[in-house]
Parts: sequence; structure tokens; C-alpha cells
Amino acid sequence: AAPVQVQLVVPMAVVFGPGSVPGDLPRPLPFRDVQEMEISVNLRTSVTSRYEMLYRSATGQEEAALAAATAREADAALHPLQDTTLGSLTVYVVPETSPLLPQGIKVYVGKHRSALVRAGGSLAALQAQLREVAQVMSFTASSIAAALSDRVPDGQLSPDARRYLKSSLGYEITFSLLNPDPKSHTVDWDIEGAVNRYVKPVLDKLSLVANFSVDSQILYYAVLGVTPRYDKESSSFLLSAHSLPHVINPVEARLGSSAASLYPVLNFLLYVPERSHSPLYIQDKDGAPVSTNAFHSPRWGGIMVYNVEAPASPQASLPLHVDVDMARVMEVFLAQLRLLFGLSREEVPPEFLLERPGNEGLADWELDHLLWAHTVENIATVSTTLTSLAQLLDKIGNIVIKDDVASEVYRAVASVQSAVTELSLGHLHAAFQASKEAVTSSERAFFDPSLLHLLYFPDDQKFAIYIPLFLPMAVPILLSLAKIVRETRQRKKEPTKMD
Amino acid sequence: MAAAVPGVSWARGAVAVLLLLLGCCGPELAGGLQDQAEQFFRSGHTNNWAVLVCTSRFWFNYRHVANTLSVYRSVKRLGIPDSHIVLMLADDMACNPRNPKPATVFSHKNMELNVYGDDVEVDYRSYEVTVENFLRVLTGRIPPSTPRSKRLLSDDRSNILIYMTGHGGNGFLKFQDSEEITNVELADAFEQMWQKRRYNELLFIIDTCQGASMYERFYSPNIMALASSQVGEDSLSHQPDLAIGVHLMDRYTFYVLEFLEEIHPASQTNMNDLFQVCPKSLCVSTPGHRTDLFQRDPQNVLITDFFGSVRKVEITTETVSLDREVAGFESKFPEEELATEPLKYAEQLPVAQIIHQKPKPKDWHPPGGFILGLWALIIMVFFKTYGIKHMKHVF
Repeated sequence: AAPVQVQLVVPMAVVFGPGSVPGDLPRPLPFRDVQEMEISVNLRTSVTSRYEMLYRSATGQEEAALAAATAREADAALHPLQDTTLGSLTVYVVPETSPLLPQGIKVYVGKHRSALVRAGGSLAALQAQLREVAQVMSFTASSIAAALSDRVPDGQLSPDARRYLKSSLGYEITFSLLNPDPKSHTVDWDIEGAVNRYVKPVLDKLSLVANFSVDSQILYYAVLGVTPRYDKESSSFLLSAHSLPHVINPVEARLGSSAASLYPVLNFLLYVPERSHSPLYIQDKDGAPVSTNAFHSPRWGGIMVYNVEAPASPQASLPLHVDVDMARVMEVFLAQLRLLFGLSREEVPPEFLLERPGNEGLADWELDHLLWAHTVENIATVSTTLTSLAQLLDKIGNIVIKDDVASEVYRAVASVQSAVTELSLGHLHAAFQASKEAVTSSERAFFDPSLLHLLYFPDDQKFAIYIPLFLPMAVPILLSLAKIVRETRQRKKEPTKMD
Repeated sequence: MAAAVPGVSWARGAVAVLLLLLGCCGPELAGGLQDQAEQFFRSGHTNNWAVLVCTSRFWFNYRHVANTLSVYRSVKRLGIPDSHIVLMLADDMACNPRNPKPATVFSHKNMELNVYGDDVEVDYRSYEVTVENFLRVLTGRIPPSTPRSKRLLSDDRSNILIYMTGHGGNGFLKFQDSEEITNVELADAFEQMWQKRRYNELLFIIDTCQGASMYERFYSPNIMALASSQVGEDSLSHQPDLAIGVHLMDRYTFYVLEFLEEIHPASQTNMNDLFQVCPKSLCVSTPGHRTDLFQRDPQNVLITDFFGSVRKVEITTETVSLDREVAGFESKFPEEELATEPLKYAEQLPVAQIIHQKPKPKDWHPPGGFILGLWALIIMVFFKTYGIKHMKHVF
């Protein structure tokens, strides 16, 4: 793979609140410091992370904000006073005895790009804490390795680590309602309203990352591929964890996908079980029912089972009218969307408290997480693509490069160089846009239909074609040439003979 | 800079933290050795694709179409949807005027199994099955107007099954009775796919005469190949049906189909069993296989890794808490209302223009060096042999 050396610069501001300055500062505030770390993926690919930290004491306004009652209020008050450019971080240090952070919590990460850290006494302890915070909020070695997964030597990454959605220019989201038993249930779901109220805010926030298009459909008589088991104790039907992989296939054939778009599709299915199989619960590996009653498949989407309450009287007339609680459904689907993109909050250390992002779906720093990973992935992809294109042209000499292919290659190279430069300056937004342009141009150049190499002629075929044509023609020519040479030599000798 | 000295101890501390982080890379490492062993042997794919190609035309090559349709049927039964199958059939046997049972393609004598069924989706049909189109599908260098069903939209986590059948020879496979694809071109196409990470693992099956020659030249990683016969051997057909009048299947694919009929989506049968299908006593030719480019041990590769579509699934344990009282949402990026023109029927083929077109004068190119040299040689030899005095009569 082509060598990639990238430097990721994160501008970080460390603001000391009143009473939190450690005693062993090397210099008086404000001062700058740099921390570098190398994440080496393989021999030729290395990513250096560089945290440019500015230590300063809090301004009057910040001190007033830090005097709030709870961390959430402090975070909201501090938000207008922060640097809000993509990729930057602000950490506020509060004294050890501060009431802002609850007991046992050392770090509070807000909705935007800031965190509150409890002072640790010495500067070294504080710096260790800051390093952890910075990694949670921007990128870790494992998230970079996952983004560069095709360069990691095999065996170092588990196969499951490469399961997040690949960086793409756009994604298509399809919401499907599966009603296998329309005779018993008439299901009404206000998907348009739900998309406008709950999904659009999240997609708006993600619009920096890619274009999203949303559609929805209702499928009747679509059954799961697995028959659920009846459990007497809970008088419900159960789907065990190891039968879940077989559920998706029979349904997928009927889901359809947009014929026009070539973007990856994310399917979110809501399944209303038949009356004869209600209520239906999903079991996890240990046999306990899953609270969300949903599961998802990497790079594909998610399925949620929505149980209909049994009617009050057994003689209720069929079909039953079902009004789907869209908020509950969207809570699960949006969580699945986050997990498909790789925004999981499970790997955070226990003494961290993360603020819930609310209706926006994801915090600003989570968006930064995605952007860092996607930018690095894009740069690696472009470098691989262009290198392999160059190798192809080296190997097959008689491919013709059209002008527009050449200009796309130049544009790709210029964009990727600008992306690397912007990353080393700490401008995440500009770097991401440049990397997107680079990927578009390089893909267009590589997949241009004119670069087909149907030009392989093995040597023995060349002989087989040309020899029967030229050999008979060449025989009289060569013989005549021989005759000419002989005559010329004879004439040269003759003048010496004649008198 | 000012932080030089703490920087050094920083670096050491940083490396220690880094090693710790890399060591804790896989979240499943906490899950126990059992899980770890399982997932080491599992393939890392998330979706499956199949490219099934029949390259022969004419009625007497009925068996090649039946071969391909049998594999298509098995692959669909085991779960791969039509949207993930690219089916290329070079001729239409079901609706061929010589077919005594129209709309059927049988694979067993006495017409036991109709592999045509009623939901076949052929993506490339008849004259569209060419070497160029096949290579375009594999490498992805497709004109932008190609519909989605004709594309191989695989990614780096796709396992692809490629099945080819037809007439072949040592190092080539014949397409449509007019052109051929060589094993070097095929190997180069796979390398192009690998460069762009268009597959995770690839299974290549070929049922032609001297089929093993087609996989001799592969050099990209993660490819496993099976062929119906070695170099120098012919693959033979199975049984003719006297009512239809042609041979219905090739032996190797016939026994592979029998083997696949036993497989269901949850079966744990591995590739070693597939290698044993059709021994020389049944097949007359010696089937071959190649696994040196494949990273996993064939014993750990499930048949359903390639022929079926078993997805990895995770239970969703998190939810996002939404505020239900939120009113209508004002998007930060309001969609502009594009003024759309009323759509009209577009003239797709300007027949009038084409009929009345004058033939374009072809650009005249001066003769190339080779032709010029050849003619100069001929003229020189002629005049030298027969005397220069003839020159003045010519000029």
C-alpha cells in the first residue's frame, strides 16, 4: 500500500477555574505545550497525533459560568464563550472539592466540545487526565486503526473491528414497516411526522459528513424467516440470539432499493408480529429478553419488533387498529444509526460522565470523532487508489489516458495534499472537505470506463498471427536482397580484374 | 521548546499508554478465549455477492445455461437476494424455438428439476455477455448510465462467488463463440478488484474443459479456486434427455448441485467437503482446487460463507432519549424548492436524423512507418533487381 504520513493536530485550550491551578506549573499562565504521539499502523503508514495545548486561567465570564449549580448549566453557560471550530477542544479544570461534578466522577463531557475535569493535584496527574479526555473526544489509536483497517497487518485487528460504515459521499436511509398479518392488525405509523420531528435534526447534524436521503415503505405479508419458540413461563414467543442472523435474508429480497442512487443503503425495519405469534421478544445470548426488542447488523441496518397489546376483550373485532408510538421507535432506530456509524459510548472509562445529546442525536465532539476517522480514511483511500492507478498504467503501456481523466488525477493529488496540510494546521473542517473532493476525483479517475485493459496479447499469439502473413511475403524479398549483396560484392572485385 | 524535558518522559508514557490501548483494541478480548477462538476462524464479511456467467450460445450448449441456473437457484435458496446476484446468460434456452418444453430449463433427466422457475432475474442476456462487459462488472469501470442491477457494488467486506461455465481450453475461456478471455486477463481483473478492495474473499468456480488452467495465474490474496478438470483433460457432460434432445448438465456441476441441495442456511459444512465432490470415478475428469492464496484454512470456511448470506447481528442495547414535546423542526439547510419543468417524453432515438445523415468523411491518416518501410523495401529491391533504368518510366 502507498505510504501515508499524516499529522493530526488538535488545538486544545485548558482553562483553570479559580482554585484549581496545580502548584507545580513550570511556567506562569498562560503558556503553550505540545504533546505528540505516534500511531503506527504498518511499516509505511503512520499517523502522528499532536495536541497543541494552551493553558490559561479563566476569564471573569468563565468564572461566573463555572459557579453554576450543575455541570449541565455550567456547560450551557460556557458554550458561547468557547472556540467552536470543528476539531478543537476546551477543557475546564475545577477544584477537587467543586460541587459541579458528582461524587466519583472525575470528568464531565458536555454536548459541545468542552469538558469539565476535576483537578488532580499535580500537573502530571492533570496531564494524564487531559490526555484521556482528549482521546475520548477526538480519536483514539483504535479508531484510527479501524479507519485504516485495510492497512493493518492481518491478525492484529479482530474481524469485528472493521464493521462500521465506510466513509461515503452519501447514504440512503429506508424505513420499512412490515405487517405480516393485515387481517388482524391495521397499523398506522406517522412516519413523515416522525422523520420531520426526530430524524431530521440528527441528519442535519450529520449533513457535514455526507448527504442523506430518507424514504419509507410499508410491506404486507412479509414474514421473518424464523419461527419463534413459544415459552410457557412468560406465555410469549421468543426469538433466540443465534436465529437472528437468518431473519434478515427472506425479508431483504422484498425490501428493494433505489435504482437511481449508488450510495450505501441503511434499512430500518419495524416488524409488527402476527396475532398468532404475539407477543414476540428477542432473547440475548444469556436468555434474557432484550429491553429494546431490537437488533442490528453492521453495514446493513436494524430491525425492531413492536408488540401490539392484546385487546381488552377477547371478542374485539379484527382487524385491530394499531397506532405506533413513533417516539419509542425512533429512540431505538436513532441509537442503531449511531451504532452503525461507530458512535458507541460503551468504551468510555467509568469515571467519565457523558451528557446526553438530546434530540440532536449526537454531541459535537462525536461529530468530530466521525470527521477525524473519515478524513484519515479518505486520505488513505485516495493514496491507495492513485498508486494502484499508476501501477496499472505502468504495467499496460498502451492504455490511453483521456484529458478529463488526467485532470481528475491532478485535482485528486492537489486536494489530498491540501487535506494533509489542513490537518497539520488543525483545520478539521477544511481538511474533511478537501479529503471528500480528493476521494470523488480519484474514484472518478480510477473507475473511468475508458481505462479497460483488453489489450493483453500473449507472445505466442503474436507469432501465430503475424508469421503466416509475413513469412511468405518476406521470402522473395530476402532472397533478392541476398542476390543484390552478392552482385555488389562481385562488381567491387571486377574492376581489379579488368584491365 | 519549553517542554523538551517533560516531552521525553511524555513520549515514553505515551508509548506505554499507546501499547495499552492497542492491546485493548478489540473490545471482544474481554469476552473470553472461547469467543476469541471462534472469531479468529470466522470470516470478516458482512455481505455476499455472486457473479454467475454462462458464456456459450446455441441450443446444443443447453447444459451450460442449466449449470449456471442451478448454481443461481442454490445461491438464492441459501439467502443471497437478486440485488446481490449478477447473472449473465449468453443465450436463452427457456424460450428457444427448439425447446420442446418452453419456459423451462431442466437439470435432471426425466425433467425432475426445473431450474428456470418463475423468478429468474437475468442481468446480462444474450449479446450483452461479452468479455468487455464481464471485465467491466468485475473492475467496476462501468458507464455511468448502467442500472444498479447490472453493477457489482461490493465493498471490502463482501465475499464474492464467481462461477463460470462454457467451452474453454488451456488458458482461455470462449465467450459467445467469437472471443475469449485469457487466464492472465482474469488474474489482472482480480488484482484490480483487490487494489480497490472490492472483495474480502473470493471463491472462483469454473466448469469447462481444462478448467484448472484458468486459475493458474491468480496472484491476488484471499482467492480460493475450484475447477472441474485439470489441464489436458476435458470436462464431460452428464446425461442427455431424449425428449429435449440435448445433454442437460455437466457432470461436475451436477454433483455440486446435489451437494448444495443438502446445505441449508444454518449448516456448518466446510469447504473440504466441497473439494471432495465429484471424484474421478463419477466425473471422469479430475477436479482441482487452489487454496494457497487463501488466508484461512479451508476447514474453517463454511459453505454458507460464499453460497449463502448469513449476516452478523448484534443486539441493540442502547437507546437515544428523545424529547417528545419538540415542535416542528426548522432545518438549518432549508431545501430549495426547485422549479421543476413538466416532464415530456424524450426522443430517445432520433431516427429521422440517423436515416438522413450523410456519411461522415473519415479523417485521412498518412500511412504508418511500418507500411512505408515495407513498400520502400519492396520498391528498392524491385528496381535493384531489374535495373534502375525502369525508374525513369515510372516518374
